[in-house]
Amino acid sequence: MKKYLRTKILVYVLTFIFAVTIDWLIPRLMPGNPILVLVSRFSGLPESARVMYSYLTKAFGLDQPLWKQYFNFWIAFLKGDLGISIYLYPKPVLDVLKSALPYSLGILLPSILASWFAGNSIGALAARRRRLDSILLPIMYFINGAPYLWLGIILAYYFGVVLRWFPIAGAYSFGLRPHLSWLFVGNFLKHWILPFLSLFIVQLGGWAIGMRNMVIYELESNYSRFLETLGVKNSLIRKYAFRNAILPQITGLALQLGTVIAGQVTTEVVFSYPGIGYILTQAILNQDYFLIQGCFIFIIIGVLIANFTVDLVYVALDPRIRYSYGGEIS
Amino acid sequence: MSEILFFALRNKKLKAGLSIVLFFVLLGLFGPLISKYKDPLEYVGPGYQPPSKDFWLGTTTFGQDVFTQLVYGIRSSFFVGLVGGGLATLIGLSIGFLAGYRGGLLDEMLMMLTNILLVIPTLALLIIIAAYLPYRGVLIQSIIIGFTAWPWTTRAVRAQTLSLKAREYVNLARISGRSTLKIIIYEIVPNMLSYVFMVFILQFGGAILAAVGLDFIGLGPTKGISLGLMMQNAVLWNAIQLGMWWWVIPPGLVITLIVGGLYFMNVGLDEVFNPRLREM
Amino acid sequence: MLEVRNLKLYYRTLRGYVRAVDDVTFQVRDGELLGLAGESGCGKSTLGNGLVLLKPPMNFVGGEVQLDGEKLPIEDYERMRDYRFKKVSIIPQYAMDALNPTRKIGRYIEEILESRGINFESVRETLIERLRLVNLPERVLRMYPIELSGGMKQRMVMVISTLLNPSLLIADEVTSALDVSTQKAVCLMIRNFKELGIVKSIIFITHDISVLYQIADRIMIMYAGKIAEVGKTAQIIQNPLHPYTKMLLTSLPEVGVRYTERMLSGIPGQPPQLLEPPKGCRFKERCPLRDKVCDKDPPLVEIEEDHVAYCWKVKPNA
Repeated sequence: MKKYLRTKILVYVLTFIFAVTIDWLIPRLMPGNPILVLVSRFSGLPESARVMYSYLTKAFGLDQPLWKQYFNFWIAFLKGDLGISIYLYPKPVLDVLKSALPYSLGILLPSILASWFAGNSIGALAARRRRLDSILLPIMYFINGAPYLWLGIILAYYFGVVLRWFPIAGAYSFGLRPHLSWLFVGNFLKHWILPFLSLFIVQLGGWAIGMRNMVIYELESNYSRFLETLGVKNSLIRKYAFRNAILPQITGLALQLGTVIAGQVTTEVVFSYPGIGYILTQAILNQDYFLIQGCFIFIIIGVLIANFTVDLVYVALDPRIRYSYGGEIS
Repeated sequence: MSEILFFALRNKKLKAGLSIVLFFVLLGLFGPLISKYKDPLEYVGPGYQPPSKDFWLGTTTFGQDVFTQLVYGIRSSFFVGLVGGGLATLIGLSIGFLAGYRGGLLDEMLMMLTNILLVIPTLALLIIIAAYLPYRGVLIQSIIIGFTAWPWTTRAVRAQTLSLKAREYVNLARISGRSTLKIIIYEIVPNMLSYVFMVFILQFGGAILAAVGLDFIGLGPTKGISLGLMMQNAVLWNAIQLGMWWWVIPPGLVITLIVGGLYFMNVGLDEVFNPRLREM
Repeated sequence: MLEVRNLKLYYRTLRGYVRAVDDVTFQVRDGELLGLAGESGCGKSTLGNGLVLLKPPMNFVGGEVQLDGEKLPIEDYERMRDYRFKKVSIIPQYAMDALNPTRKIGRYIEEILESRGINFESVRETLIERLRLVNLPERVLRMYPIELSGGMKQRMVMVISTLLNPSLLIADEVTSALDVSTQKAVCLMIRNFKELGIVKSIIFITHDISVLYQIADRIMIMYAGKIAEVGKTAQIIQNPLHPYTKMLLTSLPEVGVRYTERMLSGIPGQPPQLLEPPKGCRFKERCPLRDKVCDKDPPLVEIEEDHVAYCWKVKPNA
């Protein structure tokens, strides 16, 4: 078990270093001078332009040797200095991201967990009812093929525009300020429900298909067959198959994460929901490179934390991992 | 071979998926010919028009023909799928084969790289690269998608190669002193052909979806039209709020059907190639 | 005592039925270990599995099975449930991964027994006694299958299969996954289950006749879904009469050599397709004694007491 976790942690640490390096390298590799592009945006404000230029030259440290630039980049990074946003000038990138993060997590975590549980239940159900299976499976495949943003569009159009049940932009109404009251919480939830639902539904297909296939696979495995030769009740066979099928679904959670986050970005755009994804898009539209790079690092850190959590849960649940790396008793 | 054809022709999932995909291939090929308007970006009529005889899928806010945009968008989607998905498959295959076949230190290093790239969300990587490109076309987009989407294929291919490597005929070839490349091409690839084909289909669908995501957040082609760009424009110009369903719904529907059809095809193929899954 | 009459078990495929077990009649007496041997694909495993767990794609086509004077409803999956484990058990070919990998073994056994309506405490002592019998420490009950070696897992499966003292035990290729040194020990343990009266009779399926020499009371040879020859172990070894048995034995250079399958490639030709098997004797294509008469179904010839062969060319000892 220790070796398993050690290997994983090594990969994560390397991933992190790799990501930060990419973050540093890409702007320097790309054609054109990003500083000039950035400064040109302030051409109407000569005062700001001069401040920006000196700040950026220092930030990029382009006058120093490469290794030193790289070194400085890390030091700044570890101090929490991700640069200053241009689009929200003069807010530091870290502050922008910190205030956006709760909105993203507020949709991401509930939707992942809810669709994981619901999808697995649907898949397990489909695995033992042929009729249901033949109806559900095609639907699930097409849901799985739908772009996240399109599902968001459909929900926004139907529930927001046709039925007028829910608002379709922002995290709360314009006139409100975030505070703890029934009015605000209710308003917040009304804005939250559609982005949540669209992420929830779109992930459902993948989980259901995966679980269905895994349960069928487990039911045909040798240990299930041996249980049959012992004449035990079907309920016990299903119980074992379900439990064993859920394990790969947990690792699937980590693998799926990248796709879900990508989907979240586009979903936030559809609903103008002020999370990291929305900020990222604004940053792209405004060519706010520091903010783009900050979003990238934030996403990577989030993914790494999530991956590690999944690993810990998996180790706790599957004895095969616990023992296979610890040596067999013969 | 005839046996595979026999099962392929009987497989409902394969037939259903293939029909859907073929329908859109034909629409992409001949759509621009039957469309009344030649340029998808040209302003050909009044804006805000719902579908009618003149504008089969209505017009955009600015009076562009949605149907014309759609058929050109389908073309670019298939292009991205073919080039991006093809490239990702090719890279994934090469690295997977090499790592699995050679083994040793090379294998460990390649797999470490693969594992690292697997953790990083593809879209994040795409964004950071695409954001710094001053000019973006469909080809460049396909290429960067291809260069970022290969890791899972590598892992799967490596596992397959390891199991094939252990078989006798490969050993025989190795003892007889054939080069690595020749063994891979003549002994291993033919035995994995069905698998490679299925991987390609998945990569094809994945590339289309990745492109849609990029287009939608503003990193699409700077010129031309695509299904993702259509949706980006529609959302940007409040097509949802204005109830212009004909502009905002069809592009996503087409993508869903194409990608869903591809996935469905894949399940069908799996059943055809894998006798254990065939229904009795 | 097990009596099987005219049993037919076919596999359903898209191209038609594969006649894996085709009109087979035999019996296993109380206190007897019957060795069942033949090339892979001859139907011996189908026969063994069919007696315990008959489910698609395997189909029951005809015949009757009686165990201890009672009809065994092998064709009825649900009714057969009561008989499994309690009356008929199998040590499967896949014993190495027959246990649920995510349950501790003790808990696993408890849940199986509970599912059959048996109190775990009432068999606890028997279980511990049996573990000792196969040289497993009691602590394996607190372990996961992955913590056990292959041989230990197999012995564990043996203990579970025989826990409720079934009348008939089927051992399906138990030796094929083991190395030579443990093979013999496992064979003797299985025979021991019978000697100690834990099970009444055993069908021991193997492709390796040599392992049967030491443990079998009688040997039955199958070829292409049919019985070729049955007799006491000594009769089969010293006086094989069916041409197939003869070739099977002469292709074995000496007792104790494994990999009969490879040796068998020494018999020219291939076993026939069981999808549409040839008429008459199924061995005729490869048989040196082939004759026109072989195109008709071979007769049962009783050579001496207990020793029978299905062949036109075998003459009874007058």
